[in-house]
Amino acid sequence: MSPQIIHHLQHKCTFYKWKPLRKGFWTQNKNLRQCCVSTSLLCPSVIRYPTTTVYSRRNYRSSHNTSPLSISQINHILKANEYNFKVSGYDGRYSGSVIGFDSNLLASNSPVEDRRSAATCLHSRGMLFGVFDGHVGSACVQAVSERLFYYIALSLLPVKTLLDIEEAVENERPVFPVLQWHKHPNDYFSTDAGKLYFSSLRTYWQERIDLHEDEDGDVQTALINAFKRLDNDISLEAQVEFGDPFSHLASLKVALSGCTACVAHVDGDDLHVANLGDSRAVMGIQEDDGTWSALTITNDHNAQNPDEVQRVLSEHPATEHKTLVKHDRLLGLLMPFRAFGDIKFKWSSELLNRVYETRPEILSGNEYAKILPPNYHTPPYLIAEPEVTYHKLRPQDKFLILATDGLWDLMHRQTVVQVIGEHLSGIHWQKPIAALNFSLGQMHRLLQERKSRALTALEDENCATHLIRHALGSDGFGSIEPKRLAKMLSLPRDLARMYRDDITVIVVHLNNPSM
Amino acid sequence: MRSCVRSSRALSPAVLPRLLSDTGCWGPRSDRRGLWNSPRSFTTATETQPTPLPGQARVVICGGGIVGTSVAYHLAKLGWTEIVLLEQGRLGAGTTRLCAGIVSVAKSISIESKMAHYSNALYERLEEETGVKTGFVKTGSLCLAQNQDRFLSLKRLASRLKVIGINCNVIKPKEVTKLHPLVNIHDLVGALHLPGDGVVSPPDVNHALAVAAANHGVQIHERTSVNHVLVEKGHVTAVETDRGPIECEFFVNCAGQWAYELGQASEVKVSVPLHGCEHFYLLTKPLQEPLQPNTPVVMDMDGRIYVRAWQGGILSGGFEKNPKPIFTEGRNQLDFQNMQEDWDHFEPMLSALLRRMPSLDSCEIHQLVNCPESFTPDMRCLMGETPGVHGYFVLAGMNSSGLSFAGGAGKYLAEWMTYGYPSDNVWPLDIKRFGNLQSSRTFLRHRVMEVMPLLYELKVPRWDFQTGRQLRTSPLYDRLDTQGARWMEKHGFERAKYFVPPGKDLLALDQSKTFYKPDWFDIVGAEVKCCKEAVCVIDMSSFTKFELTSSGDQALELLQHLCANDLDVPVGHIVHTGMLNERGGYENDCSVVRLSKNSFFIISPTDQQVHCWSWIKKHMPNDPHLHLEDVSWKYTALNLIGPRAMDVLSELSYVSMTPEHFPSLFCKEMSVGYANGIRVMSMTHTGEPGFMLYIPIEYALHVYNEVMSVGQKYGIRNAGYYALRSLRIEKFFAFWGQDLDSFTTPLECGREFRVKFDKDTDFLGRDALLRQRQEGVTRRFIMLVLEDHDTELDLWPWWGEPIYRNGELAGVTTSSAYSYTLERHVCLGFVSPPSLDGTPAVVTPDFINRGDYEVDIAGQRFPAKAKLYPFSSLFTQQRRRKDDMELSNFQAK
Repeated sequence: MSPQIIHHLQHKCTFYKWKPLRKGFWTQNKNLRQCCVSTSLLCPSVIRYPTTTVYSRRNYRSSHNTSPLSISQINHILKANEYNFKVSGYDGRYSGSVIGFDSNLLASNSPVEDRRSAATCLHSRGMLFGVFDGHVGSACVQAVSERLFYYIALSLLPVKTLLDIEEAVENERPVFPVLQWHKHPNDYFSTDAGKLYFSSLRTYWQERIDLHEDEDGDVQTALINAFKRLDNDISLEAQVEFGDPFSHLASLKVALSGCTACVAHVDGDDLHVANLGDSRAVMGIQEDDGTWSALTITNDHNAQNPDEVQRVLSEHPATEHKTLVKHDRLLGLLMPFRAFGDIKFKWSSELLNRVYETRPEILSGNEYAKILPPNYHTPPYLIAEPEVTYHKLRPQDKFLILATDGLWDLMHRQTVVQVIGEHLSGIHWQKPIAALNFSLGQMHRLLQERKSRALTALEDENCATHLIRHALGSDGFGSIEPKRLAKMLSLPRDLARMYRDDITVIVVHLNNPSM
Repeated sequence: MRSCVRSSRALSPAVLPRLLSDTGCWGPRSDRRGLWNSPRSFTTATETQPTPLPGQARVVICGGGIVGTSVAYHLAKLGWTEIVLLEQGRLGAGTTRLCAGIVSVAKSISIESKMAHYSNALYERLEEETGVKTGFVKTGSLCLAQNQDRFLSLKRLASRLKVIGINCNVIKPKEVTKLHPLVNIHDLVGALHLPGDGVVSPPDVNHALAVAAANHGVQIHERTSVNHVLVEKGHVTAVETDRGPIECEFFVNCAGQWAYELGQASEVKVSVPLHGCEHFYLLTKPLQEPLQPNTPVVMDMDGRIYVRAWQGGILSGGFEKNPKPIFTEGRNQLDFQNMQEDWDHFEPMLSALLRRMPSLDSCEIHQLVNCPESFTPDMRCLMGETPGVHGYFVLAGMNSSGLSFAGGAGKYLAEWMTYGYPSDNVWPLDIKRFGNLQSSRTFLRHRVMEVMPLLYELKVPRWDFQTGRQLRTSPLYDRLDTQGARWMEKHGFERAKYFVPPGKDLLALDQSKTFYKPDWFDIVGAEVKCCKEAVCVIDMSSFTKFELTSSGDQALELLQHLCANDLDVPVGHIVHTGMLNERGGYENDCSVVRLSKNSFFIISPTDQQVHCWSWIKKHMPNDPHLHLEDVSWKYTALNLIGPRAMDVLSELSYVSMTPEHFPSLFCKEMSVGYANGIRVMSMTHTGEPGFMLYIPIEYALHVYNEVMSVGQKYGIRNAGYYALRSLRIEKFFAFWGQDLDSFTTPLECGREFRVKFDKDTDFLGRDALLRQRQEGVTRRFIMLVLEDHDTELDLWPWWGEPIYRNGELAGVTTSSAYSYTLERHVCLGFVSPPSLDGTPAVVTPDFINRGDYEVDIAGQRFPAKAKLYPFSSLFTQQRRRKDDMELSNFQAK
């Protein structure tokens, strides 16, 4: 656990939320304390501003510097985390639906609170993709991004294979790996808690063996089980930990923070998307006439989704209906209605109070943190059960976009699909053109059009980067305005969060073999 | 697309057999792509056996493009026999075949304009001379200015062209309309009309030159590649071709794009620093109302394009900002002919074209041509004998002006080979300005990407190349850099221009482009003031430094032969001397230190490293006991300028440095700080008091630190070359390469006192100088102090400005600087009286002293006071050796 996060928890946070874009509460990012007044107009009732500036001695890239970022600097920032992977298949015989994927992550919070994961399940050759958006620090999102796919993979394995694994572990023989990760070098996986994570995981598969749970590849159930099991383990580990006076409280910090997840599992032409929270999966569809349209695969779990509000209300007594969802937030605090971690919304008030009493040091100085959420009567208020959607891949399904709300706040899903679709077909634009009885004027206009498209297209081979570039720099007419892009990227860290959240995008390129 | 400018296929049959030593028929060939008529294929290898190559020849020329044939033509004209021209493919099948066919005198330096001027005249008369149609049309050309700065540069060009007698007119935008029907003049501020410029069909000129050369007995062999050149004892002996060897005395590398590789393939590697770039131009179909063939060529440099009439339509190309370099390795002619078109790359130029000629919007495209061109590191072509191999000549790297230059350059090279030197000063083009250090492929690739756009870039005084930098640096580079040094480059060496004081910010590069007062004015002023009143340090490590040693007195003998001054001086003396050629002209201007009886330390200008070396080597007897060594890299040179320099040094060495103890022009080895063996010389190359320290490089940092820390109480500071330049020009010090050249004698620049006619040894150039002393000089180096010139508001002089006397053109300036002491601009330059009846007139004192002089800066004339001697008040009193005054300097512009 990084000292920064401890610092966060110790900080006297006097405001819940200060930005309507923001779903998580406790915006404890130290860099955000220099608040900007402009937000008060947007949500005057909720925000109280800290009056002192704690952090101001930081060299910002811009703000005082008058010269805007150069194109290469812009590209450097945008491309720092880009990653792409092409499925080469085993000796070319692989004929899955996934051709490859592009992903990127642009940080706004410091440290960044988004994560992404991608892996191939080595036992089934299905592929897993996930985007995760953390809140109240990055402890939970970090843990979930490294652990969730193992839970899913194990849930999908038949008991027979689990027995083999168990036997191998028992006899300290090497285990055939379950997952092949596709990681950007910046996607660090912490190993501190590896032992604990492994023992939780082992307990899980041992239980599966004991119960003879063999649902034979029901992916939907497997995904739900995996999500719930992981959240359960996070909670258990925290409970075990805070009883141990010598622990470093790492697990508790994981459990106190939270994260959403949107995970896609593609195997053949079966697509399952498990969503928890307000990240979103959208399918890019190319119609017969070549136009692009968007199909939303997932439902958001927040106040904008009436069904979800209804679900929350139905799980609690009617007396609480007025306090359950306030200001579009769960108990007036949390934007996503489903999440990992966030035990403050799950544990009983007795248990929570015991945590505060026995281990006050983790909360010392944090007046707010000691208080239970208001109107905390019938926990749990928050669940970690994902909504799983099944979609059978069709030839017109060209790509799947998984992205955190940082993207969806800035771009409409239809625009997103449009931008990527044109980017992909733009590759054909790049072929040299021959002058066939063109007039100079015609050629000139053609070249200019190519140029305005190619400028951005050529810069980004990575669709995810291209999308982020558009999200930040679009002039509203489909072209990139470099100045706007430069401004968005050169915001000082304090201010960046005002204008944009962390953005994580995975674009999975599909090619239905039946086509 | 077979042909554009119809050329004569009616090559007289009588010419054929002589021309075509390969014989064969040259029937029409189907050509896949190409702008012009396909080069005439005289040889069709499949049809006939080529005639065998001769076993020996006097000259072998490699390259049958316009350059190679021009060299062959001019050599033959000068009476050479046994000339063999080899061409790897077919004549004119390389760049020549594709080039745009514009001959323009609008070039950046006078020697280039002269070459183009001659080429123009040559191409015009070639048709008459050979009967081969060349497509020559005298169209004239228009250089457009979209802004005032560009207009100024065109006016400067106009002034310069007038000096060399080329007709040109600065005109208003309205007049452009009268000359060219299509040009949009709304955004123009003016233009320059060059009525003498023309267009040709390059392959036809190529062909005509080949025919003319063949008429003079030149043997032309196509489909013959040169593999490598054989060298023995530093001389060319033979050429190895794919069809056998040819013995020869001279070899001329005119291989264009392939010249670099061919140079590397020689037995002794020859450095031909050039690199190819793709170059695009557009051809259209005829306009609705076909454009007349005599429509002037338009050069819109601000739009980076040129436009000429072509078969009723237009041909338009340009020099874009982001050129595409190409590699020639392993690529043959055919590959070049099939270079890909790239419309996206051409888009900016198409935009500029449609902006300039909006009515072309509906004109139909014929073709986009990709024509590779070769570029050199400094935008000038490569000409002359290579430094390492006698008899190995080069003419290549035409920077996309091959057609304009080929005639004149061929003439100069032929003269060079015949008489030992061309009839004009071609030092800016001399291949010896480069050495091996410019041969790196990476360097060339980076540099040519800067050079190609630079062709049409606005060039203001004292611009520097930005790429290929930090190749050679002094050990103090980092120290100086952190203290605010701004750098320029000479021969690959980084030299400080001036030091920006902390807290002060200069304009960005683009904004500081000006023909007026530059933003560093006050900074350099402060440095000059410090040189005058306290003490400054200038790192001058870039100098070329040689050591000449011998067992007996061979070293002295050699130097007495090479140098005009008397070198037989006591040990420890420094002698400023010129190394003259037979005509008495300066081949080099240097300072020679007698280190011991038989060893000398020769200090020459930075860019003399290759030239001076080869000049000495050329005259050096083959004696194992006589040894010449280049020690440039061994020493760091610090120049301590100023009245307090002696205080600093005496404190560091515990030796009195007063003029009584250390008179001017002496050299002593002494210790400075902890470091022993520092060569301290009482000269500063500026006429100011002070010392040069030649420090073995490992002590450089130590000595610099010591000097700076001790100097603190004397007000020491760093200074750069701009300060040095101001100091030397106000003292009327000439500088080799800028003011002095191989056509200038010591008598013409008032340096007779450095010529010792009565020394024992007969020296090079003595006879010529004696004759000149007898007859009197016809041109004289003078100093002009501008009057009535407002430094703040008026244009600054640079160099190359015409000098007028009593309203008549009298000469041209060679360098200029602002003198902070005189608070005036000082120009140096040469003037000569108008010739009487064709014979040059002798300069008399009256000519200089009585006359109203004016300097023409971009068309505006400023009155100036002409002087033969600097203001004596500028020299601080200092005891000097009575027979010599320090009047040396060879730092760059």
